[in-house]
Amino acid sequence: MSHLLTISLVISALHLALPILMPMLGGLISERSGVMNIGLEGMMLIGAFSAVLVTYFTGNPWLGLVGALISGVMSGSALALMTVTLRGDQVVASAAINLIGAGLTAALIPVIWDIDGLTPSVAKIPSVHVPFLSDLPTVGRIFRSLSLVDYACFALVFIVWWVLFRTDAGLRLRACGESAESADAAGIPVVRTRFFAVVMSGVFGALGGAYLSIVTLDMFQASMTQGRGFLALAAMVFGKWRVWPGAFACIAFGFADAIALRAQILWRDIPHELLIALPYVLALLALATFVGRASGPAGVGKPFTRA
Amino acid sequence: MAKNGASQTVSTPAAIRLAGVSKHFGPVKANRSIDLTVRQGSIHGLLGENGAGKSTLMKILFGMIRPDAGRIEIAGKDVNLRSSADALAHGIGMVQQHFSLIGKLTVAENLVLGRATSGFAARWVKSLDLESASRRAMELSERLGFGVDPSARCETLSVGARQKVEILKALWGGATTLVLDEPTAALSPPDAEELYALLQNLQRDGTTIVLISHKMPEIMRLCDRVTVLRDGAVAGEAEIPRAFDDPADRHALEARLVRLMIGRNRPEVPSRSSHIWPTVLSVRNLSDGERFGPIDLDVHGGEILAVVGVEGNGQAQFVDLLIGLKKATQGGIALDDIDITGMTTLERFQSGIAHIPEDRHRLAVADGMSVVDNASIGFIDGAPFAPTPYWLSRKRRARFAAGIVKRNKVRASSIEAPVTSLSGGNQQKLVVGRELARAPRLMIAAQPTRGLDIGSTAAVHEALIGLRDRGGGVLLLSLDLTEVFTIADRIVVFRQGRIVGETTTAKADIDQIGRWMSGVDRETQA
Amino acid sequence: MTMTASDPKAAGSRQTRMDPVAMAESLRPDTGESAFAAQQMLPRLIGHFHRLSGHLGGQVLTFMLTIAAALIASVPMIWISGSELWLTTTALFGGALGSGPAIAETLVQMIPLLIAGLAVAVAFHASLFNIGVEGQLLFGGLVAGIVGATVDLPPALLMVACLLAGMAGGALFALIPALLKAYRGAHEVVTTIMMNFVALAVSEYAVAPTGPFVAADQPSATERVPAGTQLPIIWEGTRLHAGLLVALGAVAIVLWVLYRTPLGFRMRLMGANHGAARASGVSIERMTIFALLASGALGGLAGAVQVLGVYGRFYSAFSPGYGFDAIAVALLGALSPIGVVASGFFFAVLHAGSVPLQAIAGISREMVGVVSGLVVAFVAAQPAMLRLLSSLRKPTIDDSLTESESEQQPAETSARMEMPS
Repeated sequence: MSHLLTISLVISALHLALPILMPMLGGLISERSGVMNIGLEGMMLIGAFSAVLVTYFTGNPWLGLVGALISGVMSGSALALMTVTLRGDQVVASAAINLIGAGLTAALIPVIWDIDGLTPSVAKIPSVHVPFLSDLPTVGRIFRSLSLVDYACFALVFIVWWVLFRTDAGLRLRACGESAESADAAGIPVVRTRFFAVVMSGVFGALGGAYLSIVTLDMFQASMTQGRGFLALAAMVFGKWRVWPGAFACIAFGFADAIALRAQILWRDIPHELLIALPYVLALLALATFVGRASGPAGVGKPFTRA
Repeated sequence: MAKNGASQTVSTPAAIRLAGVSKHFGPVKANRSIDLTVRQGSIHGLLGENGAGKSTLMKILFGMIRPDAGRIEIAGKDVNLRSSADALAHGIGMVQQHFSLIGKLTVAENLVLGRATSGFAARWVKSLDLESASRRAMELSERLGFGVDPSARCETLSVGARQKVEILKALWGGATTLVLDEPTAALSPPDAEELYALLQNLQRDGTTIVLISHKMPEIMRLCDRVTVLRDGAVAGEAEIPRAFDDPADRHALEARLVRLMIGRNRPEVPSRSSHIWPTVLSVRNLSDGERFGPIDLDVHGGEILAVVGVEGNGQAQFVDLLIGLKKATQGGIALDDIDITGMTTLERFQSGIAHIPEDRHRLAVADGMSVVDNASIGFIDGAPFAPTPYWLSRKRRARFAAGIVKRNKVRASSIEAPVTSLSGGNQQKLVVGRELARAPRLMIAAQPTRGLDIGSTAAVHEALIGLRDRGGGVLLLSLDLTEVFTIADRIVVFRQGRIVGETTTAKADIDQIGRWMSGVDRETQA
Repeated sequence: MTMTASDPKAAGSRQTRMDPVAMAESLRPDTGESAFAAQQMLPRLIGHFHRLSGHLGGQVLTFMLTIAAALIASVPMIWISGSELWLTTTALFGGALGSGPAIAETLVQMIPLLIAGLAVAVAFHASLFNIGVEGQLLFGGLVAGIVGATVDLPPALLMVACLLAGMAGGALFALIPALLKAYRGAHEVVTTIMMNFVALAVSEYAVAPTGPFVAADQPSATERVPAGTQLPIIWEGTRLHAGLLVALGAVAIVLWVLYRTPLGFRMRLMGANHGAARASGVSIERMTIFALLASGALGGLAGAVQVLGVYGRFYSAFSPGYGFDAIAVALLGALSPIGVVASGFFFAVLHAGSVPLQAIAGISREMVGVVSGLVVAFVAAQPAMLRLLSSLRKPTIDDSLTESESEQQPAETSARMEMPS
């Protein structure tokens, strides 16, 4: 067992948790404003793809990151258009994003690179050297593996929590999710607030996807997100729509993923094909302990229209 | 001369003036060329039955709906209201029956919600300052004569307390004119008294108040002037003097207002038969193990028993226990001397219970289905529609539905049409007709006329009285004491899940009922 | 008039308690006055579908418009791929419908899409979103393949056993989401997707090089089922197999259960309004579990039929995403079994045509997934489209086709419709 609990495990878990954590924040922001977004998987794929695409043509992974964020704005806006502006069914519209995201990203690979299935390698975001911290023994290895994007993601967790639960803007957004009519009566522009929230969720989803493609790895592969967009939702529900418990759940999933990878090497008895299912089984267990939707924003899923 | 004695100078502009305001929704004309003038500092009543157009008019005033035609003047200035924020900016605050306070947020959070914070930093970066808001809330409420706990979550507050917070919220935004929509609809008499006192305090403070109501006593007591709406148009107006020298004058004014309101004199209430029928429902020692019961209750055949009480005092739990949606932890329920305590909901329907649910949209009508399908709810197991589980007859269901529609005068374009194409009143008539078609021994009618216009209300009452006259029992749960006094034979009062008072309608004293509802004393009265 | 207080249970007959007058009305022989058109019943989740009910023309029009919108939106991809419109269109439709064998191949593709589409539609009727059909059909196919390869029965019997086993397998994979939804309120979208990945893992494992069921002669596949167990070919010289009959049979059964049995009524009622269903005695928990299990069973059937009909063995990659396209199939078909047939055919054309499309016009086969997604997007936009259309038409609107604003008004205003004149 001591072979398992190593610093490598922690590093691995962290890198596997962040691509779940980012979409979790996105889903949280959207649901807190009253719009169910189950299309994070598709948004992640589009973000991952865009990051690689832009990096390939510019040679600069930072521009790739920007490209991913822009794609997030676009996919978020598409969903917002369907659900907030046109008041279409939120679950159906999000499913559309998933299907389009998966199909489009896979279809464009041969078009652009003339190969099937995965892109060539591109430059990736480099890790940064933090003076003193990176030079520590053992613990320093964690810092040496982190890039600016990682630090930005940590900061984002705090920022999302602060804005959502400590500021006026967050109160307004949450009011839209609890009761759109009441928020409207209080003078809050519900449609605009929800639209913004959904676009933000697209950006976070895309960020999570870009993390996979140009921070963890250095290329894009069709369906590379492997359901992380949904694990993010499971984490959000398990965390009862609060930032820190949700983040904790994401880290737990990251650990599960990391353990599964290592266990393949250490425990040869368990077939590695089955171990891949570990995070998903964990998610099911997490949802089994959760009772009802009582803690979710009361007005989620109901389109808003002023009579 | 206004009731509070303040004199009006001719040059003071009206707080609100509406000229020629009209609004229609599809073929329905909710407001037809309304002219209305509200004097500064007065309490102005807007009287009318459900469906007369009062709420629509006030929503227009509050910027939530745009009128199709007409002018709105506030304090002498023409305004174009595009949102509730606009209305608030002009000093108009609205206190509605629902949709204003967010339960999960605290009082302080609700009060600051939507309040002006400008600048990116103030709105997105700065921590929300709830302490000063709390202090201000307590000061304001004390000045108006009531207390408030700013850190309490609104969903934990009583109905009366929540309403006071609503008023506070309206004033918070700097409202100088308050519009209250049916404010005492869900209040017990003592809570209503507190509200009246508060409103008079506000008037003394200089606030203009518009009171929308269908309750004559309220209007007569509080208002300086009243406008009567009927059928979407202004039917008439009247000044209400502070005191009447001759009580006959008072009656005359009331009668005149009633006629303006409903277009005719109040209909007669059918008389009660004196036949004694055996007990239909017998409840003994019933409790749900939580906050309801134990209670004992009897409903006789040929009787309408009304259960009254402030909303949330056990009425819903009682219905759930009777229907079988909740399991009783102790006690028994007997229908016609048959013990139904252990039966499932379906079995109880089969034994003779019918239920008109309180919340039609949540419990009685399926929006995604047709009129036929809605008429069939609860009838699909067994003959005549499904003698075997393998075939459900469409033809028979259709004829059954057509029968219900005809007998209950439900206005529907077609029985295959979606049930949402029916108006609220017609949907309710459909539900009532469907439940009557169960040939019930006991009809549980929970708020059966809430939100209905007079025509549908009368139809529902007629149906319930008809059932009573045929020997069935009716358990009527109602928040509307007028309705209760109109059709019920006996009244029991619920409070905190127990029966705290009981009386016949003939001997009922409304003050005593009020005291029971609010728990002031616990004497029972035969 | 006195009330009859007969006790139906004592009589032992299946008689529902009903007022004699009302009952007589329902039993009266047909006077021929009214003609009842086939009704389209729709769940609340896809809330606007019911407004199309009874308007067959409206349904066909919506169907066509949605397809047109999706195809038009895909046109940019054609140009990006370096192809051109005419070539693409001829490659697609010629490839799918241009000859006998082509049509046969299209029908082959239609079979799993149709059954899987039914699976999704059935769940939707109960207002449940089963996104796990892909996993259910995968596992159902695996189970069918394993049963076919290992169980010893006469061929015809074995074929039936395989199909039933496939259905059981699919239902099994819907069981956990069903229980979690019924007793924990866990959203079935998330749980069924999790089960998809579990199914993927299990099937990868089953036919991995060291897996328990891998064939000796073929990697990532189970042993071939015995001859005679495969579904027979019904069109000489093509791949079209009897699975088509199974699929059509499934359509008939779903139609019958949903619209002509009390069970189907209860399910649709639950889908339309949980509260009303519960208040009338329906057990929401049991109906939820039943609906998801039925949906899973149909998903498993789709997989089993593919395995038995097309390949004769289970290949781990046998599904190009039928389970996901099934979502589009169900939604485009407005959840009606007949609609699902038409919609399944459309997607079959896309699938069958995608091979020549790639070969001739150079467009990736993944485009089918994109069109799927676009169809779903436009279905989500359908209510908005209809609102736009009705606002363009003039006062004599048929208000039942659109969300009439009066419905959003408090009962007060809409109740005004029958004020005494």
